Amino acid sequence: MSTVAVPREAPHHAGVHAAPTSFIRKYVFSLDHKVIGKQYLFYALFMLVIGGLLATLVRYQLAWPGRPLPFMGKIAPDGMPGGVMLPEYYNSLFTMHATIMIFFAIMPILIGAFGNFVVPIQIGARDMAFPKLNMMSFWVAVPAAVVIIWSFFVTGGAAAGGWTSYAPLSAIQPRGQTLWLISLLILGLSSLLTAVNFLTTIINMRAPGMTFFRMPLTTWALFITALLLLLALPVLSAALIMLLFDRTLGTTFFLPAGLIVSGQPWTNAGGGQVLLWQHLFWFFGHPEVYIMILPAMGITSEILPVFARKPIFGYRAMAYSMCGIAGLGFIVWGHHMFQSGMNPILGTTFMISTMVIAVPSAIKTFNWLGTLWGGDIHFATPMLHALTFVAMFVIGGLSGVFMASTPVDIFIHDTYFIVGHIHYVLFGGSLFGAFAGLYFWYPKMFGRLMNERWGRIHWFLTFVTFNLVFFPMHFLGMRGMPRRIYDYTQYKHLHGLQGMNQMMTISLFVLGASQLILVLNFFLSMRRGAVAGPNPWHANTLEWQTASPPPHENFTGRIPTVYRGPYEYSVPGHGADFLPQNEPGGPAPARAHA
Amino acid sequence: MRLPHAARALRAALLFSAAALAPASAFAWPEWMRLPEQASTYAPEIDNMFHLIMWITGVIFVIVELLLVFFLWKYRHREGRVATYTHGNNRLEVIWTILPALICVMLALLSRRIWEQIKEKMPHDAVEVHVTGEQFAWNFRYPGPDGKFETADDILTLNQLHFPVGKPVIVTLTSKDVIHSFFLPEFRVKQDAVPGMKTRIWFQGNRVGQWEIACAELCGLGHFRMKGFVTVDTPADYEKWLADQAAQQAADAPKAAEAPAPPAAAPVAAPGKTEAEKGGSS
Repeated sequence: MSTVAVPREAPHHAGVHAAPTSFIRKYVFSLDHKVIGKQYLFYALFMLVIGGLLATLVRYQLAWPGRPLPFMGKIAPDGMPGGVMLPEYYNSLFTMHATIMIFFAIMPILIGAFGNFVVPIQIGARDMAFPKLNMMSFWVAVPAAVVIIWSFFVTGGAAAGGWTSYAPLSAIQPRGQTLWLISLLILGLSSLLTAVNFLTTIINMRAPGMTFFRMPLTTWALFITALLLLLALPVLSAALIMLLFDRTLGTTFFLPAGLIVSGQPWTNAGGGQVLLWQHLFWFFGHPEVYIMILPAMGITSEILPVFARKPIFGYRAMAYSMCGIAGLGFIVWGHHMFQSGMNPILGTTFMISTMVIAVPSAIKTFNWLGTLWGGDIHFATPMLHALTFVAMFVIGGLSGVFMASTPVDIFIHDTYFIVGHIHYVLFGGSLFGAFAGLYFWYPKMFGRLMNERWGRIHWFLTFVTFNLVFFPMHFLGMRGMPRRIYDYTQYKHLHGLQGMNQMMTISLFVLGASQLILVLNFFLSMRRGAVAGPNPWHANTLEWQTASPPPHENFTGRIPTVYRGPYEYSVPGHGADFLPQNEPGGPAPARAHA
Repeated sequence: MRLPHAARALRAALLFSAAALAPASAFAWPEWMRLPEQASTYAPEIDNMFHLIMWITGVIFVIVELLLVFFLWKYRHREGRVATYTHGNNRLEVIWTILPALICVMLALLSRRIWEQIKEKMPHDAVEVHVTGEQFAWNFRYPGPDGKFETADDILTLNQLHFPVGKPVIVTLTSKDVIHSFFLPEFRVKQDAVPGMKTRIWFQGNRVGQWEIACAELCGLGHFRMKGFVTVDTPADYEKWLADQAAQQAADAPKAAEAPAPPAAAPVAAPGKTEAEKGGSS
C-alpha cells in the first residue's frame, strides 16, 4: 500500500445517504452506522442480562443442589416444578447461558456495537460501505434472539446439549434443539453480512492518508475479526444445516449405524460419522474464540496509549501478531478433541500448533507492558477496565497452556478447569474489554461522560467478585469435578467441594448486583452526565476529532486528511501531549513505527 | 524420538524438579488445591507435567503481574510528569517472541513423550475389557474362560469394573447411543466412548482399592448420575470375582432364555447383580 496521501473522495460518496427525518427511519430502520451500533449495544446488553440470570440459576443449583426456589416454580413450572430444578432444565440453563453469552452478548457488543460505531469514524468514512446491508445485519439478528428465547417455551424446553451441541445427543434432543439450530443459522447470516461490510469498508473507504499502518488498532482488530468471521462462519452454517437435516429430513450425516436409544433402535441412523460434527464445529469454534477476543485486544491497545499518554509499544508487532493469531487460529481446532477418539498422533500435531499460538498472545501482553513503561498513567474508568483486561487475559492465556499439553488435558478435559479458563478469556478478557470500550466511547456515543466515581465502584466490585467466582474453578477442575454436572455431590471424590461452590455462588450474586451500578450509570448519565465535548480524553484518533455525538455522516465539511499514526502522544517539542492524526504540521514527521 | 544430549539433560532436570516440588508443596497446600490420589502407573507422570506447567506459568504470571503493578505505581500521573516518547524496541520484540516460543516448544516435546506412552502404544499381556456406554450406565464385557469376546461365556457386568493390580488393562470403548466419556479421575484416565467407533486405551492400577467412574461428556438428563465403580483387586481376588460372576451368570442364564431380550440390551438385564456386587466389593 502507498504511504502517499492520495485524496480519494469518490468512494466516500458511495456510503452517503440523506439525513432521515422520520422517527422510524432515524431510530428503528436506520441506515446510519452510529444508530445501528447503538441498537446492537442495547441488544447485547439486554441479552447479557438474560445470559447472566441463567448463569445465576446454574450456580444456585451448584451451591445448593436440589434446594427449591419457589418463585422459579411459577416462572418455569415445567423445568422447576415447585421450584426444584430438574436435571434437563439445568442442562438447558448452561447450554443457553453459553449460547446467549457467546453469540448474543459478546459478539454483538464487540463487533456489532463498537465495530459499527467506531470503525467508520476511525478510518474517516461517512458510513459503512453498504448501509442497507448493515441495517439488514441488525434486523436479521433480532429474530434470531426472538427464536432463541422462544425456545424456552416449547415442549421439552430449550436446547440442552451444551453450546457445542455434540451429535448424536443433539440429533435426538427435543424440539428446542431445532430452534437453537434455526436461531444460530439466522444469526450466522447476520454476522456474515457484517463481516463483508467491515472488510469492504476498511479496505475501500479509508480517509486520505489513512494507510493500513496508520489505522488505529481497534480497526485493525475488527478487520482481522471480520476476516475470521467470513472464513469460519460458513463452516458452522454448513454443520448446522446438516444437523438440522438429520433432525428433520431423515439424513444421517452424524448418525452411525446401530444406534440404540433407550433400548429401541434409532430408526434414522446409518452411515454417519459422529466426530465429523466436532471437526466442523471446532473448525469454526476455535477461530470463534479469537473473534471474541481480538476486538477486546484492539480496544485495550486503543485505550492504553490514551491513558498512558504514550505511543503504543510495537505498533507493527501488535498488528502482525493479530495476523498471526488469525492464521494459526485455523489450525488448532483439534485441541478441543484430544480425548474424542481422534487419532492420538493428530493430537500431537494440534498440540504443537496450539503451543505456537500462545506466542502472538505473549507478544501482545509484553507490548502492553511496554506501553505502560515510562508512561504518564491516568486511572480513568476506561483505563481501569483495559488494565484489568491485561491482568486477567494473562491468567486465561497461561491456563490455556495446561490443556494444550495433551497428557495434562487427559485429566482436566471437560472439568471445571476448562470452565475457569474460558471465563478468564471471555469474561476477564472480552467482557472487561467491552466494559473498557463502553466507558471509553460512551461520551462519543451519547455526548456526555459517565459518572467516574460510580464507574470506579462498579469496576472494583466487578474485578474482585469476578475473581472470587472464577478463580476457584481451577481448583474444582484439579479435584476432577466435571463440567455440566447437575449434582456433583453424587461423587465421592467431589465431597467437600460444596463450601467452595457456595462461596463462588454468593460472589456471583454480588457480581450480578454490582452490574446494576453500571445500568444506572449508563442510563442516568445520558441526561445528567457532564457534557463531554469532542475530545474528553485528549485522544488522537479521528473519532475524537468530530463532535460528540458525531453529526450525520460523521464529519462536517471535508473528510479529514491523515498525516500520521494513531498514537502520537507526548511528542517532544509539541506543546500538547497529544497530536491528532489529522492535524497538519506538527514537530515529528509521520514515520513508520517500530 | 531422539533428543540431543543437552535437551535430554534439561528434560530430566525439569521433570525432576517438578517431581521434587510437587510432593513438597503437597504437604503445605490444602486438599482442594491438590490433584486427587494417584491410582495408576502413569498418574505421576501426568501430574509431574501438570506441576511443571504450573511452576512455569506460575513464575511467568507472577513476573508479568508484578511488572504491571510496578509500572502502574511508578509511572502513575503526577504533576509535571512527561511520558517517554518511544515506539518500541525491535530487540525486545525478538526476545519476547523467541523466549515464549522456546518454552512452548519444550513443553510440547515433553508432553509428546508422555502422550505417546499413554495413548499411542498399547502394552502386551494385558487384561482386556470391552466397555459400552449407554444413557446412563456403563456396560462391561469380559472375554470369559475361552478368552474370546462375543462368545457365550462372556462375563457381563453393569457399572462394575474389576481388574487385578499390577497388570495393564486394555479397554475398548464404544457407545450405544450418544457420546459418553470414560473418566477415572484417580487413574488420570479419560476417553470418549463414541457410537460407531471403537477406541482402545490402557492403564494399570498401582494399588488395591475402590474408586468411581464418572461420565465426563454431557450425555442427556441423567448425565450427572452415570456413575460406575472401579475396583482394583489382588490377582487372587480378581480370579475369584471372575469365577463368581461366571457362576452367577450361569445360574441366571435359564431365566434369561425364557424372556428373550434383544442382544444389545442383554448387558442391562442384570440389575440384581449390582446390589450383590456392592456388598462383595466394599
